[in-house]
Amino acid sequence: MITLNDVHKKYSSTVAIGPVTLQIPTGGITALVGPNGAGKSTMLTMVGRLLGIDSGTIEVAGYDVATTNSKDLAKIVSILRQENHFVTRLTVRQLVGFGRYPHSKGRLTKDDEAIISRSIDFLDLGELEGRYLDELSGGQRQRAYVAMVLAQDTDTVLLDEPLNNLDMKHSVVMMSHLKRAAEELNRTIVIVLHDINFAGHYADYICAMKNGQVVEFGTPERIMNDEILTNVFETPISVIDGPKGPLAVYY
Amino acid sequence: MTTIAHKGKLFDYKLGLGVLGVLVLLAFSLFTGVYDIFGAEDGAEMFAVTRIPRTIALVLAGAAMSMSGLVMQLLTQNRFVEPTTTGTTEWAGLGLLVMLVLFPQASILSKMAVAILFAFIGTMLFFLFLRRVSLKASLTVPIVGIMLGSVVGAFSTFLALTTDKLQSLGIWLAGSFTAVIRGQYEVLWIVAAVCVAVFIVADRFTVAGLGEEIATNVGLNYRNVMLLGTALIAIATGVVTVVIGNLPFLGLIVPNIVSMLRGDDLRSNLPWVCLLGIAITTVCDLIGRTIISPFEIPVSLILGVIGAVVFIVLLLRQRARG
Repeated sequence: MITLNDVHKKYSSTVAIGPVTLQIPTGGITALVGPNGAGKSTMLTMVGRLLGIDSGTIEVAGYDVATTNSKDLAKIVSILRQENHFVTRLTVRQLVGFGRYPHSKGRLTKDDEAIISRSIDFLDLGELEGRYLDELSGGQRQRAYVAMVLAQDTDTVLLDEPLNNLDMKHSVVMMSHLKRAAEELNRTIVIVLHDINFAGHYADYICAMKNGQVVEFGTPERIMNDEILTNVFETPISVIDGPKGPLAVYY
Repeated sequence: MTTIAHKGKLFDYKLGLGVLGVLVLLAFSLFTGVYDIFGAEDGAEMFAVTRIPRTIALVLAGAAMSMSGLVMQLLTQNRFVEPTTTGTTEWAGLGLLVMLVLFPQASILSKMAVAILFAFIGTMLFFLFLRRVSLKASLTVPIVGIMLGSVVGAFSTFLALTTDKLQSLGIWLAGSFTAVIRGQYEVLWIVAAVCVAVFIVADRFTVAGLGEEIATNVGLNYRNVMLLGTALIAIATGVVTVVIGNLPFLGLIVPNIVSMLRGDDLRSNLPWVCLLGIAITTVCDLIGRTIISPFEIPVSLILGVIGAVVFIVLLLRQRARG
């Protein structure tokens, strides 16, 4: 469980987050949605202790992220931010191997190798594992980074817009991988999503943010609603019954 | 199924061949020179006084400067930085000059200590500056570094001019193995310790090379790794600058060639970076010793010419890739 208690953060003179008080339940996928600048990525970054907070507390599985040793946190929560512009020339397997760093400090054991192989297989990267990252497409690289945080084997996984750079097919594949990870590997996955319909279909909970505040939190059935979505995104949205559940139409 | 481990093997037959090649080069270095070490009466003595120290110096300096370049490239996430394109060597030179001016009688060790200190401060300044600009991937980084180095270098020149030390500074800083003799080069062994240290913490530098966020995510204290890396670079650069002088571009071309061929996994690359660094330094030194024999051309001159060409090739290659 992730607990945010009265969290404030002044990001710049015009942008501020909070106060946010929120509980994200254990298990399943929780999607953070909202318009640009709502503070989704910032909040995720703070939960992943990459960014400090001004006041309040954030706890992941009972550990306060501000006071817990970063090395220990690395075994509890992993975070993947949007892609780095600098591409190191590591092979996919080497990169995924560094996901084991918190456990092995670089000296990979047999168990580590098995977990690395499992992560690679999980994201269908078997064919690519010997390739260098700079030889991959943006989408393949994205999958490699996700495999790396899965190999970190933390109960909580935070992903900042992992569907960036992905086309329709690969977005769907990525979301089903994550759904499987949540179900089969019992992970709690918190994910920033741009497309409300991806959230509506794959997420177990949706957390809607606006102007640095959490304005709605609930199951997709509850959030996928004309009134709520129109209010969150500040543009007329109607939800219709699609062949696979509710669909938000915003054009 | 993916059960085959794809880790870069540390020791294989290729590395063996590389070691063999470097040993052959070093043998050439041992037996190249004007003095007739076989014929003359004191041949063996001369061999021990000059040839062996010079060859050891080639090994240590070549390996250390190449490794410094590699570590620096990982820490800055930029392929074009190395101690001579970030002002580190110029800072070390300034430190040396300050000692020459203020305490000309100081021992070589204290001169070196001050050069290391200056190199550390200068490199930290550069890194702090890098944090402020978010143009990490671009060419701006080495350009800023070279500019910074030029400013520091110009200041050194001015200081040397006003204190009448210009000539001695020039001699100190021009990278050359000519003056390496027994009794004067031994402090260079310090960089061997740096090489060992880099080897031990190699994985941390590789993780840092993935960026601050990924490094923090896996529980690494990014700032400490930066400090450690900077300190190791400063020590290697300071020592080599004082004992040998500038070895331009070595830290640039060696890691880039190795990265192209073998990727960026620091730990399995380190032996290769060392070997290639030693090989290039030795080849350049051999060229410098033979083309106008019995005189010598400083190794820095040859390295500068070769390094500049490789630098341009790298630039063009990057542009071609987009």
